[in-house]
Amino acid sequence: MVRLRNVGLSHDGARSFILRGVDLEIRRGEFVAVLGPSGAGKSTLLRIAMKLIAPTEGEVTLAPAATAQGRPAGLVFQDAKLMPWRTVQRNVELGLEGLGLGRAARHARALDALRLVGLAEQAGRWPRQLSGGQRQRVGVARALTVEPALLLMDEPFGALDAITRAGLQEELLRIWAQTRKTVLFVTHDIDEAMILADRIIVLAGHPASVRGDLAVGPRPRDRGAPAMQILAERLRALIAGEPDPAGAGYWRASEI
Amino acid sequence: MRRGTGRRSWRRPLLGAVGLVAMFGLWEASVRIGLVPSGLLPAPSDLVPAWLDEVRGGFWQGAIRDSMTHYLLGLAIGSVLGGLAGLLCGAVPVLDALLSGVVRVLRPIPGLAWVPFAILWFGLDTAGATFVIAISVFWINFYAAHGAVQSIDRDLFEVAAAFGHGGFGGRLFKVVLPAAMPGLMAGLRTGLGQAWMSVVAAELFGVPGIGARMMQASSLLATDLVVIYMLTMALLYALTDMAFMLVRNRILGWQG
Repeated sequence: MVRLRNVGLSHDGARSFILRGVDLEIRRGEFVAVLGPSGAGKSTLLRIAMKLIAPTEGEVTLAPAATAQGRPAGLVFQDAKLMPWRTVQRNVELGLEGLGLGRAARHARALDALRLVGLAEQAGRWPRQLSGGQRQRVGVARALTVEPALLLMDEPFGALDAITRAGLQEELLRIWAQTRKTVLFVTHDIDEAMILADRIIVLAGHPASVRGDLAVGPRPRDRGAPAMQILAERLRALIAGEPDPAGAGYWRASEI
Repeated sequence: MRRGTGRRSWRRPLLGAVGLVAMFGLWEASVRIGLVPSGLLPAPSDLVPAWLDEVRGGFWQGAIRDSMTHYLLGLAIGSVLGGLAGLLCGAVPVLDALLSGVVRVLRPIPGLAWVPFAILWFGLDTAGATFVIAISVFWINFYAAHGAVQSIDRDLFEVAAAFGHGGFGGRLFKVVLPAAMPGLMAGLRTGLGQAWMSVVAAELFGVPGIGARMMQASSLLATDLVVIYMLTMALLYALTDMAFMLVRNRILGWQG
């Protein structure tokens, strides 16, 4: 679905790098989390994957849009980033404008996406009238409505309170089960990565690179299970740059 | 709740009207009891016959028609040019830097100082008066638009780009114009008031209109006429401002 080969990014003419030597492949239908400390370049990696930022070196292959009237990727931002002058409905329609769709078709598709996130009733309201959690759901609808081959999420629940956050995580899993989208989800929260993802990619270091690529067990996830606790320990060590408590230095998903 | 806010929304304009009536009452009373000699300040009740004379002679209607023409033309030209220049300078840093010196030289010159050139270039007619009004409105709108563009949330450009509107047109129409609209509207409204002040200045040098009529009246010490035209201008300002606010509130409904 998306493949990064030896990707590096520099803002000062290749003197210093933010990311370097990043190899990554995400297959159709996978839910992959990119986990790493704040400032590790996770958000930047996401933008490189969707070709919003061109890498300084290496190459990016992104699957084309699934339909003629869609876009290759849909991005969910950290604090929703809705346009305050557009209604909820018109915010969701943003990505549909310029795709050659008629007004009625745009309207219907946006409403479908809003229904999926449970906000069809709020279609005519303004962003300022919604709660933080609702705004973020509109952000998810806006990304889904362009029928992206790849759904990218940039710490989408990071600014929300714990209860809202848990609710939205559950809802995201339901939507994912329903749509079978390929998801690339950035977070600095180990728990969140383990609850949501099939695979966790650890990004850390200066310049940042892939430190580990680990598979998570079957769903539904039980936080208390011993295997999950061992995984959490390993992830913590990988982020901190310590030796892997389970033994080897670098772990591939296939090895688990 | 709704009843409460409904009642409160009526209280302000009602109190405003009470204050206005009280002002005219005090004014009338202080002239009547001789606190203020009627030669220095005409009583409101004396204004009515003088006003009827002006209306019968057609002077009042003519002055309004002439001044409204200067006002609307000057306002439209100054606002459109000032708004556009401000938008451009706010959006294009090179242009902004290039013109910063020019702006600094021209900005402090008041519209009135341009009167000799207005006469020279445009003559003692509508064009001359329009020019003076347009200049004073230009700068208000220039700075309002400039500031509005500068304070746009930069992240919204990324949102637009992520949903396929990263080009010049997309940035302009999906982000810059709607995001800057509140600032543009605030500039227009300030200009609306400023332009009435400039109307008097622009007509002082002999272009027919309210200002010219006031000058004639004051040279004859016809203070009642001066007051009539002062009140006329206040009324016209109130009407234009009200009409503008109706339009503005429709456009900026999202601000609530």
